[in-house]
Amino acid sequence: MPTQEYLQAERAQLWREELRKTIKNKERTDLIRVKMPEVDAKIRSRTYDEVNLGLTMEQAQAEAQRCLDCVNPTCITGCPVEINIPKFIKNIERGEILEAAKALKETSALPAVCGRVCPQERQCESQCFYTLKLKKEPVAIGHLERFAADFERESGNISIPEIASANGMKIAVVGSGPAGLAFAGDMIKLGYDVTVYEALHELGGVLRYGIPEFRLPNDIVDVEIDVLKQMGVKFITNCIIGKTISQEDLKAEGYQGIFIGSGAGLPNFMNIPGENLIGVMSCNEYLTRVNLMQAADPESDTPVQMGKRVAVIGGGNTAMDAVRTARRLGAEKAMIVYRRSEEEMPARVEEVKHAKEEGIDFLTLHNPIRYEGDERGRVQRMLLQRMKLGEPDSSGRRKPVVIEGDTVWIDVDEVIVSVGVSPNPLIPSTFTGLEITSWGTVVVNADTMQTADETIFAGGDIVRGGATVILAMGDGRKAAKAMHESMKGE
Amino acid sequence: MNRIISKENFSDRVVKFEIEAPLIAKSRRAGHFVMVRVGKKGERVPYTIASSDPVKGTITLVIQRVGKSSEKVCQLEAGDYITDLVGPLGKATHIENFGTVLCAGGGVGVAPMLPIIEAMKNAGNKVITVLAARSKDLVILEDEVSKFSDEVIIMTDDGSYGQKGLITAGVEQVIQREQVDLCVTIGPAIMMKFVSELTKKYNVPTVASLNTIMVDGTGMCGACRVTVGGQTRFVCVDGPEFDAHQVDFDEMLMRLRAYN
Repeated sequence: MPTQEYLQAERAQLWREELRKTIKNKERTDLIRVKMPEVDAKIRSRTYDEVNLGLTMEQAQAEAQRCLDCVNPTCITGCPVEINIPKFIKNIERGEILEAAKALKETSALPAVCGRVCPQERQCESQCFYTLKLKKEPVAIGHLERFAADFERESGNISIPEIASANGMKIAVVGSGPAGLAFAGDMIKLGYDVTVYEALHELGGVLRYGIPEFRLPNDIVDVEIDVLKQMGVKFITNCIIGKTISQEDLKAEGYQGIFIGSGAGLPNFMNIPGENLIGVMSCNEYLTRVNLMQAADPESDTPVQMGKRVAVIGGGNTAMDAVRTARRLGAEKAMIVYRRSEEEMPARVEEVKHAKEEGIDFLTLHNPIRYEGDERGRVQRMLLQRMKLGEPDSSGRRKPVVIEGDTVWIDVDEVIVSVGVSPNPLIPSTFTGLEITSWGTVVVNADTMQTADETIFAGGDIVRGGATVILAMGDGRKAAKAMHESMKGE
Repeated sequence: MNRIISKENFSDRVVKFEIEAPLIAKSRRAGHFVMVRVGKKGERVPYTIASSDPVKGTITLVIQRVGKSSEKVCQLEAGDYITDLVGPLGKATHIENFGTVLCAGGGVGVAPMLPIIEAMKNAGNKVITVLAARSKDLVILEDEVSKFSDEVIIMTDDGSYGQKGLITAGVEQVIQREQVDLCVTIGPAIMMKFVSELTKKYNVPTVASLNTIMVDGTGMCGACRVTVGGQTRFVCVDGPEFDAHQVDFDEMLMRLRAYN
């Protein structure tokens, strides 16, 4: 948590005191939460353009007025990277949007990304005074974050955060996804010499290969990475730590600290009959073909199957990304098959809403048990088991229970399996000195993200086994802080 | 970007490239592969490394023109750059002194077989190599293979060189003649299937190096999955070499036709 003294000192600045007085709190709380303008569902389900259009200046400033600039800003406790939320929102209210963007960058390496893909309803917005005390819709913190970041980018006046003078210490980062980028952003600010190694030919990790452009355009990722480059972070693509360069090589090259943010790349399958038929694939394969390899572009050499009747198995954000992608690639029928009910779905509310608007069918309380194909081995139909909800399980969600004998065949020509990912085994199998769980995740001290090897820190999905962009970024920041403390002490 | 140092046409369809890749040249072992992408719209395609020179900092790939992406690579000339090259990937070949090792390589599969032959020989094995191709002009790397093999048997479909017949005929001769402790086979999937069926009949443990469709090559996508002993395995991270007798080759052959 940023110190209370710092937050209070910022809040006590004259401009903020005066701004608070311009509108009575009662009037602020009477304002209605802004609605994010969206492309019409009929149009957008046929294009790859971004769905959310972003707020206008008028909308953003009106929404910013709703924020009460609380004495005790509980919203910050909900943010894994502890953005000074009132500071950036009040800057929007007074029209200093570039200042708002700077406030975001004090703690977030990727504000335009977070403004788009963070589950704010479960984080900052869930801790907003409106949610907690007024039982009203929270301030649209996420929409405002995106507004400030987009405004700065489009203005051409992109601020580069201040960098401490170089301390000469070399740090290697494994993986250029959200954990690694957040870590790199903080360490470069502290004066370290930071090099990020990426296995793929493009930077960004899951931001690039996983999240589709209609939710997070690649240009946005490019711009955020470009800021890190301008800050001095070095990036090396096509280099696999543990394979191309070993842990010992890194040490020999003088790296004094390593941060592992290699992600949870390995897709899970269900091990049911017919899962290796042609046309059945992991969500990672499908999304990587479309996002990273641009397979839907006729000029691209990478092919992708464009099914007419597509089933996506799973209820997470990745499943929503895949099913909405399938719709855009021409699926007449695109469906989510999920073994629990909609209430238990891990996907963000906004993603489910967008999917429904785009004509996605939801087959909840259904679970695939077999696929069958034609004589060439192409998937033709799937057998679904109907389920009902039983008692809550260890996750607190009601457990899906088989309804004996109640099954249904459904015709499909493409199935995308999105039932979770496991940690990529490349790091656990090639690094020494780490403690690895039976799930393949790297064990860290939860406060410092330090591994069993005191020079190696880790964060994101390689530690969590499959979570969100913002939690990965939070881990990266935490690790940077702790590594800095530990290196300073030496 | 990796520069092509030299290019040699083995035949109209098979090309050998020596490519600058110092880090890979240093870290790779027999059995490893790389992912290659040519051009910004290019596909990522796996190729097994044929040899490397850690001093020069180069690796050698032998590539057969079979489709759009391999054609794109083969059109490159010495001095050109490969857009993206990453590796070494996969698990290295398990090398030990087994006794007598029979290496059965078909067509362009002889290239990735070469480092295995060399490593097996250096580990003290007696190495017998069966090289197979459709005709004489498609027999590659005979001199290099001979250098590390105690015996080389050449089979051609049309009898234009060596003995006339399929690879399985050459393999069977050896197995019937003497004790073979391990067979390693690399080549087209259908060839490996028949070699595997044959060695299974004779109870000769056999390893096959599989060449499935991949996208990332690092375990992320699962496009390369095969069934081995009833379990789904990823060729890129669990392989590329597996116990051939446990591999479901029919499923693999089917999956190789996914985009045809």
